[in-house]
Amino acid sequence: MLDNSSRFDRLPDGPGVGYKPQHFSELMQDPGPVSWIEVHAENYMGDGGRPLAQLRALSEQFAVSVHGVGLSIGGEGALDRDHLDRLKKLVEWLQPASFSEHLAWSTHGAEFLNDLLPLPYTNDTLTRVAAHISQVQDTLGRRMLLENPSSYLAFAESTWSETDFLTELVRRTGCGLLLDVNNVFISATNLGYSPQDYIDAFPLDAVGEIHVGGHDEDADDNGAPLLIDSHGKPVADPVWSLLSLTLATSGPRPVLVEWDNDVPLWPALRAEAVRAAQALQPAGQ
Amino acid sequence: MTVSQTEFRTALLDPQRAVPAGLQDASSGPAGARFSVYRNNVVHSLTEALATAFPLVRKLIGKTAFDQVAGLYVRSHPPVSPLMMFYGDSFPDFVAGCEPLAHLGYLADCARLDLALRQSYHAADATPLAPEALQTGPDTLMAMHLHPAPSTRVLRSSWPLFDLWRFNNVENAPKPAPGAQDVLITRPDFDPLPHLLPPGGAEWFRALSDNASLSQAQTIATENTPSFDLAATLSLALSTQAFAAL
Amino acid sequence: MSNTMKSVAIAGAVAAALVGQSTTTAEAAAKEKCYGVSLAGANDCAAGPGTTCAGTSTVDYQGNAWTLVDAGTCAEIELPAMADGTPREGSLEELSRDLPA
Repeated sequence: MLDNSSRFDRLPDGPGVGYKPQHFSELMQDPGPVSWIEVHAENYMGDGGRPLAQLRALSEQFAVSVHGVGLSIGGEGALDRDHLDRLKKLVEWLQPASFSEHLAWSTHGAEFLNDLLPLPYTNDTLTRVAAHISQVQDTLGRRMLLENPSSYLAFAESTWSETDFLTELVRRTGCGLLLDVNNVFISATNLGYSPQDYIDAFPLDAVGEIHVGGHDEDADDNGAPLLIDSHGKPVADPVWSLLSLTLATSGPRPVLVEWDNDVPLWPALRAEAVRAAQALQPAGQ
Repeated sequence: MTVSQTEFRTALLDPQRAVPAGLQDASSGPAGARFSVYRNNVVHSLTEALATAFPLVRKLIGKTAFDQVAGLYVRSHPPVSPLMMFYGDSFPDFVAGCEPLAHLGYLADCARLDLALRQSYHAADATPLAPEALQTGPDTLMAMHLHPAPSTRVLRSSWPLFDLWRFNNVENAPKPAPGAQDVLITRPDFDPLPHLLPPGGAEWFRALSDNASLSQAQTIATENTPSFDLAATLSLALSTQAFAAL
Repeated sequence: MSNTMKSVAIAGAVAAALVGQSTTTAEAAAKEKCYGVSLAGANDCAAGPGTTCAGTSTVDYQGNAWTLVDAGTCAEIELPAMADGTPREGSLEELSRDLPA
């Protein structure tokens, strides 16, 4: 039905945006520096209608990253076979430039909890997540990227640092990583470590995509800062700085702007993409 | 001090429960309000999902009441699939059994209408039946089978369901008056819309869906509704692309 | 009704229904252009919820301290309250007894 496998076999090292249907016409006509888009896999698993028609049209103009939010790769139970099959069908139809998922769990038994829930970094979790990643990669016949989470709390039982945990997953499965620098900033603030140290310890060679997005500021019971990964406002300045710091080491990478709540009109999102392009410029020199 | 996902999930959907002890803040103190972020994310995102999914119900009872009912529903009926576009298929029955809403007898049917519109939106594409396909001899017509498009839905209601929808979606539409109405939902291209079905039209559609011929469907429809108007029903069906190509 | 009469009735009704029907092929060309546009300007109003990978700082997980506000359009609609014709008073405050323990 669709053959664009030769046109966009990888994401360009430029700015992309999380796609929102209300931006369709303006994105097509006035993309600015945007050369690729990201969609949530689960929103394109219906049988037809506008979502699939739009995605088909978009994929002719833009490279597409399919970003799953429902696979529950960190789940204690087995991966949902039906969902994996739906994902395989979508990936085979669309031939996206990239597929990524989260280091998180969201399914418990038959329930889908619609949030990215946290994991303890233990040997047991490592074994389980590695097996699930390998199952996904074998099923899809491609390498996937795994995204670092935004953390609001820690597990007493954790024995690995997050960066070591992700490095070991890459070593065991050959997967790539999606580095969300907004998540790094949020987790570092919430759990009291240096975001720069996190980036320094991160296996940047494995990074196939970078995310930035907006966050909210709250406080915990003790008045300590508690940042919320709300994707509902412009990217904060310290996150742009962290992006520049990352790109200076990693070199150019595809950089995605995420804006999922209180979605603005297209010009505001485009302006964020322009800012991402500016951050990428020194990296390309 | 491990925290299983079962333990995490139990505390997640029940704000009265203690936060699991193995969850900590940055100084290895209890996680406290930090766990509430996840509690909040789950209930808030699912409540928002229901509000998006049931716009007519929400408009009828208002945001405050809707969020209260939705809050109960999302805890007792969390999604069973990551396909959020289909979440809430048991919400109409939940509304029907919700005692404080019993004075709004029509509300459950309005929820069914919201749900059917959404199902129609995501249904498979199909080439619509061209009216010319019906330009044929009487014998061929009698034996003909018409197939509703995958996006076509028919709802029967003992309430003025179409008027309830119209009153809340069309400017200056008249207030609903007592009476039963059946609704046809079709999706020409990408946007589903409800239409008022003439009496007997719902039975006729059901018969066709069950693979009855035009002749058999006519018998079934007129048996129950002697005044069934085939011309009016078919005219509506053709102009709204209710049928898939043969 | 005899089969012949029925056949004539169906043929007549079909002929009447065909009057004024536009051909669908003519509309197909315009289809490409409406991916981003919904009827009545209500963009994707029937799409329903999508997924999220974001959190929220809007606090509403507690689910108690409710008040009844019949703030919707139902207040303007007068239909018999119940199928048996008995009006009933409803209060959403009653819902609180169903709160998870």
